Amino acid sequence: MMKTLHIQYFALLREQAGMSEQQLHCEALTPAQLYEQLRAEHAFSLSPGQLRAVVNEEFVNWEHILNDGDRVVFIPPVAGG
Amino acid sequence: MKYFALTDVTLDAEKLKHALRDPAAGGFVSFEGWVRNENEGRTVRRLEYEAYAAMAEKEGLRIVVEAIERFGLTAALCLHRVGSLGIGDMAVWVGASSPHRGEAFEACRFIIDQVKVRVPIWKKEHYVDGDSGWVNCERCAEHAHPHAHDHLSTDGNQHR
Repeated sequence: MMKTLHIQYFALLREQAGMSEQQLHCEALTPAQLYEQLRAEHAFSLSPGQLRAVVNEEFVNWEHILNDGDRVVFIPPVAGG
Repeated sequence: MKYFALTDVTLDAEKLKHALRDPAAGGFVSFEGWVRNENEGRTVRRLEYEAYAAMAEKEGLRIVVEAIERFGLTAALCLHRVGSLGIGDMAVWVGASSPHRGEAFEACRFIIDQVKVRVPIWKKEHYVDGDSGWVNCERCAEHAHPHAHDHLSTDGNQHR
């Protein structure tokens, strides 16, 4: 089923995507499927194993079921401090 | 005052320290993280910090609350800079006060260690040779390891 997702990008992903956010109409069921699609679109260098997925401001696992209207962020390796 | 906050203005350690004053506190310990001129053999000219603000403040708050409960602190606070910083600038300030000194020392260490691995903040280094790179993102892509699924835990603990 087609859904609309809102994706926000930070740091390396933002630079590689060339944008801070995008709306996407897609059939991706999970963050894992969504990232695979986005990685192909933007040639992201980071593998899923280096990222964490956030949906609607909560950390989720890669098999979490995405719903229409979800806000999704993939978190690159952090480096605060 | 919020337990954890991002800010784009210079951190004022004296002012922050006063926020932790409490008649029940017998000890106060703070940690300041400063921008260093070198990382992994390269000379750094300046840094940029970027944060996913909503998640960073949420996760940062969780860490400080955990520290307060775990170490029985009187008070604790952590502030982290975002934006462009020069060499020697303060990037992060952590403070903890407690009835006795031991807990304040331990709590500072706990908070900064957890912030570094859990809070969605990224650091881009600009080197004197004109090159730049996202710390932990550029070189790790070259040697991603097969047990990387450790990073996927949903409890917020990225590395141990």
